Amino acid sequence: MPPDVEAIAEQVFVALADPSRRAILAELAAGGPATATDLADRLPITRQAIAKHLALLSEAGLVIAEPGERRRVRYRLRSAPMQVAQQFLAALARDWDGQLDALKDHLDQITKPDTQKPNGQEEEGGDPR
Amino acid sequence: MGFPDRIERTVDVAHPPAKVWAALTTAEGLSSWFGNEAKIDLRPGGSASLTWSGGFTADLRVERVEEPTVFGFTWHIYGLPDDDPRRTYVEFTLEPTGASGTRLTVVETGFAQLSEDAYRKAFDGNTDGWAKELGELVEYLDAA
Repeated sequence: MPPDVEAIAEQVFVALADPSRRAILAELAAGGPATATDLADRLPITRQAIAKHLALLSEAGLVIAEPGERRRVRYRLRSAPMQVAQQFLAALARDWDGQLDALKDHLDQITKPDTQKPNGQEEEGGDPR
Repeated sequence: MGFPDRIERTVDVAHPPAKVWAALTTAEGLSSWFGNEAKIDLRPGGSASLTWSGGFTADLRVERVEEPTVFGFTWHIYGLPDDDPRRTYVEFTLEPTGASGTRLTVVETGFAQLSEDAYRKAFDGNTDGWAKELGELVEYLDAA
């Protein structure tokens, strides 16, 4: 396992563990690139705190500053690290236990055609992911 | 440590491998326990799809077909963009047990992979996403 994957995912989860940073990332995801001032207007967080969080997020590569004049610099989300973290969540969200239970039930039912409908039985039709 | 690349489960079922094989590799079998609807072209390189009642569809590419012992396929990693090349590999292995049982093992690997392209994107300052896509749309419309 490449250690880099671990490091990138960790930075994403550390960033998301803080409610203010979560709010900033959510705002950038929902509304697109914004300056620290824009974010301070929209969120219940002081401009100083926003600047501090943006510096940390920028350092971690989760947001990037667009070129621009000071105080007019807009920050935008970088999706690549989020996609790495998404792989981690995808592994946790995979429900093989539930799927294999459904397979066992299916096999048990098709061997007892006298007592069960031979096919078309209603399984839990959930998305396995 | 901490980032699971591999998921493995083993179950013993009281049914012979041929029956388990049919449940894993036929549209009728797959639609009974895996998805609500299934299609499969059972040959290496063949495609298969699973659809769930919510309208969600998973596209599979069949990789290994060694009846009745190994069935493998790859599929997309949930949550990544549709054009992301990363896929996980799922392999079912069937071993006969006792008179008419089967030990079924499923291994899914590849969650921790980072393709060359993804590696570059995750580390360099390349920014993409909607702003870039919309920029390309504007260029396309301007050129038309």
